Amino acid sequence: MAFGSQLYSWITQVVLPHFVFTDNIRWGGVMGFKLEGESVDKGMMGNEGRLTQSQIEDILTRIQDETEGVPIRTVKSFMTKIPSVVTGADIVQWLMKNLSIEDPAEAMHIGSLIAAQGYFFPISDHVLSLRDDGTFYRFQAPYFWPSNCWEPENTDYAIYLCKRTMQNKTRLELTDYEAENLARLQRAFARKWEFIYMQAEAQVKKKDKIERKILDSQERAFWDVHRPVPGCVNTTEMDIRKCRRMKNLHRVKKSVYGLTEEGKQSQSPIHTFFQHCPKGTKEDVEKEISFLKTQLDRHCMKMSKVAESLITYAEQFMDYDPFLTSPEPSNPWTSDDPTFWDLEASKEPSQQRVKKWGFSLEEALKDSAGRELFLKFLESEFSSENLRFWLAVQDLKKMPQEEVAQRAEEIWAEFLAEGAPSSINLDSHSYERTSQNLKDPGRYSFEDAQDHIYNLMKSDSYARFLRSNVYQDLLNARKKVRKPFNINGF
Amino acid sequence: SCDFAPSGSFSPFRRLPLPAKRKYMRSPLSPEMATQEVPLNETLAHLKTESETLKLKLEEERAKLHDVELHQVAEKVEGLGQFVMKTRRTLKGHGNKVLCMDWCKDKRRIVSSSQDGKVIVWDAFTTNKEHAVTMPCTWVMACAYAPSGCAVACGGLDNKCSVYPLSLDKNENLAAKKKSVAMHTNYLSACSFTNSDMQILTSSGDGTCALWDVESGQLLQSFHGHAADVLCLDLAPSETGNTFVSGGCDKKANVWDMRSGQCIQSFETHESDINSVRYYPSGDAFASGSDDATCRLYDLRADREVAIYSKESIIFGVSSVDFSLSGRLLFGGYNDYTINVWDVLKGTRVSILFGHENRVSTLRVSPDGTAFCTGSWDHTLRVWILMC
Repeated sequence: MAFGSQLYSWITQVVLPHFVFTDNIRWGGVMGFKLEGESVDKGMMGNEGRLTQSQIEDILTRIQDETEGVPIRTVKSFMTKIPSVVTGADIVQWLMKNLSIEDPAEAMHIGSLIAAQGYFFPISDHVLSLRDDGTFYRFQAPYFWPSNCWEPENTDYAIYLCKRTMQNKTRLELTDYEAENLARLQRAFARKWEFIYMQAEAQVKKKDKIERKILDSQERAFWDVHRPVPGCVNTTEMDIRKCRRMKNLHRVKKSVYGLTEEGKQSQSPIHTFFQHCPKGTKEDVEKEISFLKTQLDRHCMKMSKVAESLITYAEQFMDYDPFLTSPEPSNPWTSDDPTFWDLEASKEPSQQRVKKWGFSLEEALKDSAGRELFLKFLESEFSSENLRFWLAVQDLKKMPQEEVAQRAEEIWAEFLAEGAPSSINLDSHSYERTSQNLKDPGRYSFEDAQDHIYNLMKSDSYARFLRSNVYQDLLNARKKVRKPFNINGF
Repeated sequence: SCDFAPSGSFSPFRRLPLPAKRKYMRSPLSPEMATQEVPLNETLAHLKTESETLKLKLEEERAKLHDVELHQVAEKVEGLGQFVMKTRRTLKGHGNKVLCMDWCKDKRRIVSSSQDGKVIVWDAFTTNKEHAVTMPCTWVMACAYAPSGCAVACGGLDNKCSVYPLSLDKNENLAAKKKSVAMHTNYLSACSFTNSDMQILTSSGDGTCALWDVESGQLLQSFHGHAADVLCLDLAPSETGNTFVSGGCDKKANVWDMRSGQCIQSFETHESDINSVRYYPSGDAFASGSDDATCRLYDLRADREVAIYSKESIIFGVSSVDFSLSGRLLFGGYNDYTINVWDVLKGTRVSILFGHENRVSTLRVSPDGTAFCTGSWDHTLRVWILMC
């Protein structure tokens, strides 16, 4: 391989992925340092959040409904009025009633998540969670909702922090992390600080007192989501697998205050990743038609039968399920005692384990001790070559590609060739097919033969095995009746 | 200072130009018509109609066999009592979001991978870290333990799946013996060894799954059919089977024949991405978890969705699902930081578990069903058990 293409591979496969997705670089903004709470993988815009978002917005609409929603009112406090608030307790109650939640803890949890996304917020602090008490909350303006695809720029954040410093109110004082952020931004935006300051000044001057109170708090809640308090979960972080297919690419809003970045594209490189070519070519549809026709020919089982089968299986294995029946002597994780594991690994299987071998041939073969006993039994009947063949083919399929052909030929020689030492009985059809396959030996050359032999063992030797002395003796060794717990109480 | 942003002229990133929309296309079928340009829309439209008709017919046929609901038949089954499940171990050590984990067959060791590129092997029983590897990329979304317990596989944004043999010598640099096995053209979303250390099955954001020979890195089989990223896969538990199921961003769950590469069954009832698929222990059915906030059960013999696990109060996506040993319980890890435990047969939720402080991104039940482990964006892993 030419050095050039090697270098290209190295750059694109090793350097770039690290370069792009490391959290230390913020695209479209300021280089070099990470502001607290910032991450490259931002935005609730991808598909993953879309359905959840619309569910939340539906809840938000219903909860603010005049008749069916929570009581939102203006509260008189000291010498001032607190407009448009509702208590946490009211929200919790409403959620329990309208989302059919029985446990208030659950209502608080989902309420806190909705708050963390920025849909409503406590008016007195930065921590976006829901408390089941008299704490006052306010609903976020739809302008600031995540579904508007916000990816607010640092210039906006700078304007916002500037505004906060311009208002002489203790409650609007910057917290430590905000002061640090402001200092960093002042250094980074030194050249355009005058512009930023002017924007902040202009915005601080408008609106009446009540309206400004509400808007200020909503704006602050917005920034609490996009520049979260250190230590809080950043809910704008996204699963990177979902970032690429953002449908709302063109709708991404970068500036809260209506500013546009001077002539810059400001698109995160995540957005420029490959897009899947839309499916729907003739070939694809033809394939689909062919597939559908095959499905129509399939013979399917009735739901009632399927249900019975699923139930039977679950009930059969109930005794073996540690989440339903306590393992003996104890669950190692509970008691910190690994005896249970030692026993399972030992050569002397428990009676319960032996019982499982009777459920199906599959279960018997799954367990190494079961396999051994079954083999021993077959040897006593002089028909062990069937199981040995089956095991050999299982091993064949596990081998490295390089060794497959040779092993396949060895298996043929041992079990199927004329005069083979462990000759197995195959029907002529399977024999023909297998013989053909061996012309180009591969890991699936013996599939037909293996199926045939498996069915033979299942219908014939396995049943006799279960009735045999070797098995029955082991099964009845310890007749202990164990009751499963946790059915309708302890 | 300068603002750093990719401008039009300097673009270090590969961009695939989107295919130009073409109204007319040469028909590839008959050479005599090679010079004639056939309007693409007509033949395609006819085929699409045929496809839609077949889909409706298929739905009709399947509906005929839908004589009862699973939960109705399950009314006769004894109800499960109150469940109390608690975290029994918390594994701390990752510096960023935990994205994936897998159990070792010895029922106590696990491998986990995270966004910061670290892959850690733990003895979860003692909570000791036994090995750690730093991958050359971030977002290691997939990891798996080899059946022998002697190696782990992992990958993510590097588009590859690499195998690291685990050394007994703690001081040995694992990265030195790394073997690159799979190569996709987009991120690796999941990987799993088959029942041997010698083959690995992978799924990728490039829309395909693939089976690889570990020793040589040779591609043994590829699986095409998903129309978007494939996010998850699970191998059928049968000793005799050669199938696996995959789930993708096209909302489809596909069942594949490993031998031929053919898709043998397909299910499309979810309303959004399928993040996780897992077989019912009998191998006759599988469960899925999706961004549409539901888990669903599909039966292969009925060729149909047979149950849906959802609640009005659950509105965040499901990231991962797994069954308890008997298949009676389905555990789901959710993006709302919780785990919901479902009674598979009756369709009801039996428990909701709190504890993680951010999304649950991965969940697996241990090989003997004595516990299950979750990994989360809160940087930790937790091992959960039933308290009694």
